[in-house]
Amino acid sequence: MKSEHLYNYILGIADNSLILGQRLGELCGHGPSLETDIAGTNISLDLIGQTRSYYQYAAKISGENKTEDDIAFLRLERHYKNVLLVEQPNTHFGFVMGRQYLFDVFHLLLLKELQLSKDETLAAIAKKGIKEVSYHKRFSGDWVKRLGDGTPESSAKMQEAIDDLWPYTQELFDMTDSDTAMALEGIGVDVSKLKKTYYKEVTDLFELATLEVPQSTYFSRGGKKGVHSEHMGYLLADLQYMQRTYPNMQW
Amino acid sequence: MAVTQISIDTHLLPILEQVSDPEIPVLSVLDLGVIREAIEKDGTVYVKLTPTYSGCPAMDVIGDDLKIAFEPLGKKVMVDLVLAPAWSTDWISESGLQKMEAYGIARPLSESADKDVLLAGAKKVICPQCKSTDTHLVSQFGSTACKALFKCEACLEPFDYFKCLK
Repeated sequence: MKSEHLYNYILGIADNSLILGQRLGELCGHGPSLETDIAGTNISLDLIGQTRSYYQYAAKISGENKTEDDIAFLRLERHYKNVLLVEQPNTHFGFVMGRQYLFDVFHLLLLKELQLSKDETLAAIAKKGIKEVSYHKRFSGDWVKRLGDGTPESSAKMQEAIDDLWPYTQELFDMTDSDTAMALEGIGVDVSKLKKTYYKEVTDLFELATLEVPQSTYFSRGGKKGVHSEHMGYLLADLQYMQRTYPNMQW
Repeated sequence: MAVTQISIDTHLLPILEQVSDPEIPVLSVLDLGVIREAIEKDGTVYVKLTPTYSGCPAMDVIGDDLKIAFEPLGKKVMVDLVLAPAWSTDWISESGLQKMEAYGIARPLSESADKDVLLAGAKKVICPQCKSTDTHLVSQFGSTACKALFKCEACLEPFDYFKCLK
């Protein structure tokens, strides 16, 4: 039972990175400028790299003859545990940066706690990830500020993006059964405790960006339990295409 | 330099020296400091490799290249990826840094200078072509995960800067 919780816990963290990495990867060659295009794919690469470390570990403890690729490519939609925020489809660049920033702030807070985990492998992955994610947050935060405090058009688009994304933020702090079990063992992080710091940091940046903090009281959730938005199926169709079409292919 | 313990069988060094980073071919894996352990036992070389960045595709290639390098000697290679302690730019050797500069990539600055440059736009990165510090950041992200893109105002050449990672 403990290892099942650990397995689910690892996937809960890793799936966020995989799905956001996939979303950013979709933009490869479509960024608004060469520099931002390269940045998006670099961030995607870091996230997918972190995902691989998590999945390799999960495959090892699964007790079945699984590989990282099985976990990444051969699950059904309901078995992915990522939050709804990261699966939201790319629209304009401001939206992509807003989604990134809202995740990066959470991601960094999570990894800073996870590096203290009693589980040595998780602590090591987290420690390595912190350096990368700090850099991601710097990039996405700069763009949220720059667009929010930019021209009337960029500001309006950034505000709209933040308004649209805001209802997906609270799910980040929900605790699943595996989260709770692992937090009690000193392996996992109690993400509900990160909420206050998160909203303080995000709203402080919004102020600098002259953006208004959305007042919505409705928050959408479900991804952590495998209940995804309609966008997820399309994303997976793309992500899993190769392994579904040519099972067991290697490259 | 803050380098953690490395243990490499000395007779393996000449071969490891020939395996280079696929993205920066002038640097050997030893210069880069990614090999933390290489021990031969019963005809198999056991290598502990520390990735520079989590998703760096060079790591898979380095693993394959190590196998190819030892093949003519009839030795097998087992590569184990080790994440902790995490790789740092301090692990790049001085000769590695010199080769990097000669190749056209600016060497990593100290942690605080690196922050000044990447966050506050300070002019501290030394152009590998003309050695001027009149350089500015073009893009925080470069051609690989480990580099950022810069331009020199003195000689007008664009160049890569190897980011400080600690």
